[in-house]
Amino acid sequence: MIDRRKFLKRAVFFIPAVGLFRRLAGDAQAKAPVAGYDPSNHLYGMGIDIDKCIGCGRCVEACKTENNVPKEPFFFRTWVERYTIKKDDSVEVENIDVRLRKRGDTTTEADVLRSFFVPKLCNQCQNPPCVQVCPVGATFSTEDGVVLVDSNRCIGCRYCIQACPYGARFLNPETKTADKCTFCYHRIVKGLLPACVEVCPTQARVFGDLKSMASRLVRFKRMKRITVLKAHLNTEPKVVYGNLDGEVR
Amino acid sequence: MNPELAQRLTEHLSEVTGFIYPNEVEIQWGILVVVYPYITGLVAGAFILASLVQLFNVKEVQPTYRLALLTALAFLLIAPLPLLLHLGHPLRSYEIFLTPQLKSAMAMFGFVYLWYLMAVLLLELWFEYRKDLVLWSKNAGFPLNSIYRVLSFFSTDVSERAVAFDHKAIRVITLIGVPSAFLLHGYVGFIFGSVKANPWWGSVLMPLVFLMSAIVSGIALVIFLYMVVAPLKGEGVDMRCLDKITSYLFYAVIVDFTLEVLDFIHRLYQSEESIKILSRLVMDKLFVSLWVIQVLLGMLVPLAVMVAVKSLKLTEELRRLFYFASVILIQLGIFATRWNVVIGGQLFSKSFRGLTTYKMEVVGIEGLFVAIALLIAPFIILTVFLKIFPAWETESAHEAIS
Repeated sequence: MIDRRKFLKRAVFFIPAVGLFRRLAGDAQAKAPVAGYDPSNHLYGMGIDIDKCIGCGRCVEACKTENNVPKEPFFFRTWVERYTIKKDDSVEVENIDVRLRKRGDTTTEADVLRSFFVPKLCNQCQNPPCVQVCPVGATFSTEDGVVLVDSNRCIGCRYCIQACPYGARFLNPETKTADKCTFCYHRIVKGLLPACVEVCPTQARVFGDLKSMASRLVRFKRMKRITVLKAHLNTEPKVVYGNLDGEVR
Repeated sequence: MNPELAQRLTEHLSEVTGFIYPNEVEIQWGILVVVYPYITGLVAGAFILASLVQLFNVKEVQPTYRLALLTALAFLLIAPLPLLLHLGHPLRSYEIFLTPQLKSAMAMFGFVYLWYLMAVLLLELWFEYRKDLVLWSKNAGFPLNSIYRVLSFFSTDVSERAVAFDHKAIRVITLIGVPSAFLLHGYVGFIFGSVKANPWWGSVLMPLVFLMSAIVSGIALVIFLYMVVAPLKGEGVDMRCLDKITSYLFYAVIVDFTLEVLDFIHRLYQSEESIKILSRLVMDKLFVSLWVIQVLLGMLVPLAVMVAVKSLKLTEELRRLFYFASVILIQLGIFATRWNVVIGGQLFSKSFRGLTTYKMEVVGIEGLFVAIALLIAPFIILTVFLKIFPAWETESAHEAIS
């Protein structure tokens, strides 16, 4: 017969024990995404060559198709911004999604000082604020350097969306969970390129493994003047930009 | 995707000025997340007022002691609901308890909440009411007497020694309770203050501002309730008590106001990258809710009124009238404070190049009606509490006053 004191004592231990067990059980199930793939051998990143982007938007379309991103122009895992810096130093920025095309701006070529495109996506930060704030650990960094969301665990509190300085996250209206770029994780573990990189006609996006000196990304980092977005926030992005303009945020 | 959402977001998009990141068209935290810190603030504030009575033995404020505790409990019971309703997957909320991610400020919610509810508030209430519960269980009719008996955990000891122990216990709980109440609301401020991506939120002062505004709103709420409930219960408003609490309120508002002015001047003087967009935010999108409601109606007018009441020798009736008007204005102001933090922080783009608009749903789960229901619910709970556990009309309370 168990007395009351003993029962209460055991109950006190039972609750954290369940939590611990669940955590261990969850880890036990985590296995290599593809047979023979060892995440500890890789560290992924992306380089974006501003000089090469022509703003065709094929990366955006490819991403939406590959990853079942809702087609409406309010949800993007990657998007392309067009910067127009005018002679009076004013800056105009536009998301150049094909569905939003509302031409009719009055900017004439004579007003323009310089103009360029900036592809944006999740920066796969080394020090990700989104992972830090997730209350249930649904957002996590993989060993090979990609920040992922477990949509079976995400409770949809959207704290991570608030914490991301880059606007890279959204609440997927279908799953009601946080959603973002995964570097096409399902593809890269098989040795394929992310969809956006695959379709880019000018090779403005350079995907690669930072642990392999032979990777195109390492070469990109060697040859270009590179910078990251919002460096002052100390998020340490693994998406790096070549020849990025100081106006870009 | 449901066409309704697409329609709503298309409308949002047409309201955007300048450039915002495309994923920012949807405002993530709506009216329910405004209600949440407002309610926890009331809890923390009401409890801190109750604790003042205990810790510093302020006899004048004794009549509001039980009322403040019951108010805190009634609001605390509702506090998690707005959060729960706003989740994308409410049924998974238990994960916060089972597999918390300990680096997350939000993951602490469950623990802070439970600690505060179980270890502080319920325990203090139990010791406070234990003697009465025992007495009532003898005098009340069925089924109330059984309820009282169960709630008193079948204790029967009302000897002087037992009651003295109750009082001692209450003092100890209060000692733990005050930092806990600070934790409860300071931590809510930290949830916002620690977001470095958002310059409107990311400020080290945020937990302090939240805390002080919580104390302000909690005290104002207890004054409001006392002025409404006491006459209804045939108690009459004790003017000594009212004057005393209002002076606490006065000082709390001054500290709160000072902190907010400090935050404002600091931002303006540092004039960081975000200053331009934040200026546009406060002068355009938040003009009414910040300058008119929060600052003017919610702080300056009540402060002026309270100064006037203090310096002029007014009749009791006039004082009551002015106090009553002040606490309602303050309540309005604090709600606007929460609004300006939560909604305001999402109205500008993290690209600092544009502003968006929040269009509140009316009937949806995250809509106005639900928010109003959540704000009314604690008052209904409190009414039931006051019926079952009278805050006055007890001998011990009367003894304490005299």
